[in-house]
Amino acid sequence: METPILEMRDIVKIYPNGVMANKGVNFKVMPGEIHALLGENGAGKTTLMNILFGLQAPTSGEIFYKGKKVKIASPHDAIRLGIGMVHQHFMLVPSLTVAENIVLGMEPKRGVFFSKEDAYRITKEIGEKYGLEVPPKERVQDLPVGIRQRIEILKTLLRGAELLVLDEPTAVLTPQETEELFDALKKLVSQGKTIIFITHKLREVKEIGDRITVLRNGKNAGEALVKDVTEEDMSRMMVGRDVELIIHKTPSKPGEVILHVENIEYTPPGHNKLLKGISFSVREGEILGIAGVEGNGQRELIEILTGLREGDSGSVKVRGKELFGATPREIRLASVAHIPEDRMARGVAALASIEENLVVDRYFLPPFSKGKFSIDVKKIHENGEKLVKEFGIKAKSSVVPVEMLSGGNIQKVVVAREFTSNAKLIIANQPTRGIDVGATEFIRNRLVDERDRGAAVLLVSADLMEVMQLSDRLIVMYEGEIVGYFDSLDGLTEQELGKYMLGIKKDAPEKIKEAVVS
Amino acid sequence: MKKTSSFEFIRILVAIGISLILGFLLTLLLSKDPIHAYKYFLYGPLSKTRRIIEFINNSVPLIFTGLAVSIVFKAEQFNIGAEGQLFIGAVAGTAVAILFPHIQILHIILVFIAAMIAGMLWAAVPGILKSKLNASELVSSLMMNYVAFYLGLYFVNYYLRDKNAGFLVSYKFPKTAWLPYLYRRYHFHYGIIVALVFVVLVWYLLYRTKIGYEIRMIGYNLKFSEAGGINVPNTIFSAQVISGAVAGIAGAIEVTGLYHRFLWQNLPGYGFDGIIVALLARNNPIGVPFAALFLGYLRTGARIMERQSDMSAEMVTVLQAFVILLVTAQAFLSTWKQRMIEKASRKEEEENE
Repeated sequence: METPILEMRDIVKIYPNGVMANKGVNFKVMPGEIHALLGENGAGKTTLMNILFGLQAPTSGEIFYKGKKVKIASPHDAIRLGIGMVHQHFMLVPSLTVAENIVLGMEPKRGVFFSKEDAYRITKEIGEKYGLEVPPKERVQDLPVGIRQRIEILKTLLRGAELLVLDEPTAVLTPQETEELFDALKKLVSQGKTIIFITHKLREVKEIGDRITVLRNGKNAGEALVKDVTEEDMSRMMVGRDVELIIHKTPSKPGEVILHVENIEYTPPGHNKLLKGISFSVREGEILGIAGVEGNGQRELIEILTGLREGDSGSVKVRGKELFGATPREIRLASVAHIPEDRMARGVAALASIEENLVVDRYFLPPFSKGKFSIDVKKIHENGEKLVKEFGIKAKSSVVPVEMLSGGNIQKVVVAREFTSNAKLIIANQPTRGIDVGATEFIRNRLVDERDRGAAVLLVSADLMEVMQLSDRLIVMYEGEIVGYFDSLDGLTEQELGKYMLGIKKDAPEKIKEAVVS
Repeated sequence: MKKTSSFEFIRILVAIGISLILGFLLTLLLSKDPIHAYKYFLYGPLSKTRRIIEFINNSVPLIFTGLAVSIVFKAEQFNIGAEGQLFIGAVAGTAVAILFPHIQILHIILVFIAAMIAGMLWAAVPGILKSKLNASELVSSLMMNYVAFYLGLYFVNYYLRDKNAGFLVSYKFPKTAWLPYLYRRYHFHYGIIVALVFVVLVWYLLYRTKIGYEIRMIGYNLKFSEAGGINVPNTIFSAQVISGAVAGIAGAIEVTGLYHRFLWQNLPGYGFDGIIVALLARNNPIGVPFAALFLGYLRTGARIMERQSDMSAEMVTVLQAFVILLVTAQAFLSTWKQRMIEKASRKEEEENE
């Protein structure tokens, strides 16, 4: 049998906060293949690759490269061995030219001076060699994402990479760019390179992968040749059981309009207009979904609605009250709950206790306040214990700091807070991203319960399954605009929705106006 | 959680132990009679009543500045302005002590209020600059120290100076502006009691009030606090101002308790010592008096050693540096901590199986 180019044996990684991200992972890559490393968010893929690239030290385990045991203490070691990594977030200097970026750290010199001409020549040559052509003299900041990614790949190739790791390379690409990337990858393989491709998009694995390794919850969950498995098989390996979650949902009974959003415009400083007149409304007792590839303005829209970002213009009314430009506190006091997109950044204070996290929106109100200045820690504790039980948060008690919990349980802390404020409007942004199936099912069902209680729910999710399962009505965002509106999801297929998300299909303006109901 | 905090405690003790050993080695090298010198350093502060009182009195301003710095550190903000806040507090206190009519009880209270307000105003400047303009409080609070120093000296020199004294000091305070004595000899004043009251007050503030909750939450995670509805700029401002009030009072205690006049010719350095105290106490108000007494003990021990032997008191700065270095060095004993965490995680993992 052929020697694997890379073998990682029994890799364990425990982070300083006690999180065990890899629990004895084995990973084997054969030379000349495109190997897809699959898994849900938080399954341990990125940790494993960071260990391979020397960005993280494993707690225990061994790495063999071309049959020899190696120790990779830093990216330098990895590069010297011939391992290259293209990160999800590009590490380029935007103000430098393409050629300057590519030769950065190994600049060609004439005498003591940097030679631009040589840098251009090197860039051109390596681009031609691998069929990844880039404009050497352009500044990186002026180039689209697809080209930037090529520059990253070329950078690693110029440094002699034979094994390339690409961390979710298609997450930021348009369909056309994705196609071009895949062509380039195939060409690289034909020239003897080996590729590790981190993803959770199964269709792409089917398209270009040779073999897969699936991680689940920090452990190996399967290995297979791509041709032997279906997408369903792969997803089952990823989540550990059939992906169909059981959501109990009856048809919605919408009441009066709670949230009315009109003509929101937003331009980030120094950029082009990002939100181009967003209008929609949400009624009580219904869930309005916002679908779309991430980065099409959803985050900014939600931040404007929740008072975390200042929009250019527009109107946000909650039960008739104008809240455009209001503070987060004013918005929350207007009976709005918010499940933020990034729970570690905005959803919780990891070092604070569970119970303290549960009152951040209400510690100043009775029963948690005592007099004008004080808080009632006993009431806060009782509330904590009650919610830990009610939401099934796995913790010894509510005084445990949130950082000791798993991702799913941390998200339960967030929803336990947001679902108990008795809000008329719940804004949920990626409420189940990267958490285990049990917690996902729980949270989705609770969202439906909140709707049935009479709350208006605005749901943003990049997870197609989620938006399609939960939404009563749906809008699709693409490049800062609403490009599609569905007043019912009956008969809507993922493929059809995908066309809108990729900007291939767009509804007529009259149809999109219907997203505003009264 | 319990484990990691007890780990911190052990880590600090180990750091102190190592520093004391290093200090002894240093003494061995430098002193003709090292055992004698080091004995005075270690036991000196406890050897006579006068020295015990000296050591406690020395610790009082450290408790105050330690508390002041802890409040701001809790909010993950910086305050190296405690020095200036304390200084200007002492100046304001001096002004009221000398210029205000001599009414029993009321007089001393007014001295303290003036010092508190002066400290607050001083802290408000970096507070406003930070919360409104996002100007680094590190730089502005440091700058305010020099403003306090020169402005304070100017004020004392031109309005409060005792011209009969041979050097730049203020008039002696009237008795109504003296902090009462616990024990008349050796100037054992009420400062330590007031300091301990403030320990409890600051603890209550941080853990039992709305503003305390806000301060701690923005310290834990500013973006989370913002999304939760906490007014972050206001909280930053409040933390700075409350801290300034505490530091200002320390100034008043020094002038009304120990000297009964204003006599500083230099910044006394208590504000910077407050940073060390807060660091050793891990910003926990309950830990502050212990850390301050420890530092006060070292300082007093060093002074006694200097008086009694051929060693210089500066050695204590070296020891202090060792302690701070070891306590702040994240990696110190971190392998041990990591191993503890790993063991716990593996155990938990097995239990889940």
